[in-house]
Amino acid sequence: MPRVFACRTRRAHTILETLQLLIIGISQGCVYGLIALGFVLIYKATEMVNFAQGDMMMLGAFIAFSLIEAFDWLFAFVPVLGALPGASFAFAFLGTLLVMAAFGVVLERGVLRPMIGEPPFAVLMLTIGLGFVLRAVAGAIWGNQPRALDSPFAGGTFDLGGLIIGYENVAIVVGTALLCGALYLFFRFTRIGIAMQAASQNQLAAFYVGIPVKRVFALVWAISAAIAAAAGILVAPVNLIDPLMGFIGIKAFAAAIVGGFGSLPGAIVGGLLIGIAEPFVALHLPPGLSEVSAFVILLAMLVVRPQGIFPSLQQKKV
Amino acid sequence: MALLELRNIETYYGPIMAIRGVSLKVDQSDIVTILGANGAGKTTVLKTISAAMEAQKGSVTFEGVDITALDPDRVARLGIGHVPEGREVFPFLSVDENLRMGAYTRSDADIGADLELVYDYFPALAEDRSLAAGFLSGGQQQMLAIGRALMLRPRLMLLDEPSLGLSPILTHEIAGIVKRLNEEQEVTMLLVEQNAKMALDLGDYGYVMENGRIVMEDTCQRLKNATDIKEFYLGMKDQGVRGRRRWKQRKTWR
Repeated sequence: MPRVFACRTRRAHTILETLQLLIIGISQGCVYGLIALGFVLIYKATEMVNFAQGDMMMLGAFIAFSLIEAFDWLFAFVPVLGALPGASFAFAFLGTLLVMAAFGVVLERGVLRPMIGEPPFAVLMLTIGLGFVLRAVAGAIWGNQPRALDSPFAGGTFDLGGLIIGYENVAIVVGTALLCGALYLFFRFTRIGIAMQAASQNQLAAFYVGIPVKRVFALVWAISAAIAAAAGILVAPVNLIDPLMGFIGIKAFAAAIVGGFGSLPGAIVGGLLIGIAEPFVALHLPPGLSEVSAFVILLAMLVVRPQGIFPSLQQKKV
Repeated sequence: MALLELRNIETYYGPIMAIRGVSLKVDQSDIVTILGANGAGKTTVLKTISAAMEAQKGSVTFEGVDITALDPDRVARLGIGHVPEGREVFPFLSVDENLRMGAYTRSDADIGADLELVYDYFPALAEDRSLAAGFLSGGQQQMLAIGRALMLRPRLMLLDEPSLGLSPILTHEIAGIVKRLNEEQEVTMLLVEQNAKMALDLGDYGYVMENGRIVMEDTCQRLKNATDIKEFYLGMKDQGVRGRRRWKQRKTWR
């Protein structure tokens, strides 16, 4: 009997380990998915690819960092709010979303709208350059050392039948689910949400029915920037924040393509796929491979199913 | 005063001059039609009116207001409904949502009633209310595009080739609906058509365009009997003395 028992515990151990990796993978995948969502939203609406999406996430995390400090200072004078744990985090979270949404609008108005009609290549270079600028500016303001965001989810864990789950992982998954749900309701049921779909499906017809297409574009950038910021704040307790954290945007770009560039659910699924693959590759395959696994998946996907998991059905009219 | 007036409009596609000084008038509750061959500039005239294209010269006035420099959504808000060429619907939105998007500029309580009105005019759409518009047949999509423009409660409707690619029966049906909308809903129409017979039967007043210019204008009744129109647009030609046609015969306006 002892041998059987040993065997069973080993198997139980492997299952536990697998689940543990799965949780880490899902939470990391959600972050990729959120950034990928930003890529897809902007691409679907404006046919531009915003390579600064990852850096917008970084900027959001740093703005949250500063806002938390500001609210901490402010709430020291307010008796009730000061006593509440996480109050300044909650306010800073919402504040960051608003600030980044405004930043998205300014970016669209000031930088990208003049580029309408220019070749896609020029827009692409512009957004890559924008990423450089954002990194440099963030480095100048907040310094290049990694910093820890004062998040109420940081560090805490709970035990679920031997499974150790971090609060930050739960926060990421729940936050992503809430954001996706909110976006779904917005695009499905609100007038402006349906108008945004309409504008991305047929821009000319959208003009003719009186949809203010330019304002819709600005709104798309606002939403994308806010989603990126949310991703940055959620991921901050897992990784520290520094001006180079936006480079995971490249993996998120891979995720968006794996999902079928142009599909919102695809972006999340692609993100999850890449996020889940990484920790398993890290554990079972030679070191270093986990860093490239996103791109291996991308290449494999492009060979096997180039249209992605959820292909966008629309054929471009010539 | 005319409802819509174009004065000496010039519009370019890049370096190419598509409209070379077009002036026309559309009077209240008329059906005005623009005839012309491919590339004559008919569609460009409509696009210039609804501000999807920018006029380099000239002015467009609607109800006495200069709308030349407005954004397209502002023009739609004034009550100009544009039914673009080639059934431009929102393919992934349902028929219902497509029509409701047509009322995007409105916020009154009658939108639901107008929706039913559109389904009244187009019973073929009522059956497929919740179907994505991309799955509709060509004729249904054309009806949807017209219905969507109707949801704007337009004072003026710009119809760009509503018969394009439709069977003769459907063309006839669409023509009937255009006529009814004009009479019952008092929508003024500016109709661009290649199907000259349909356009001249429907219209009150007509313009003929060639190479970006208006070369002839008259009431549709008189246009129908003009020899050039008969020969070049309606395909009726007199036989020559020896039973042959003179191919080099020139149009009177050249």
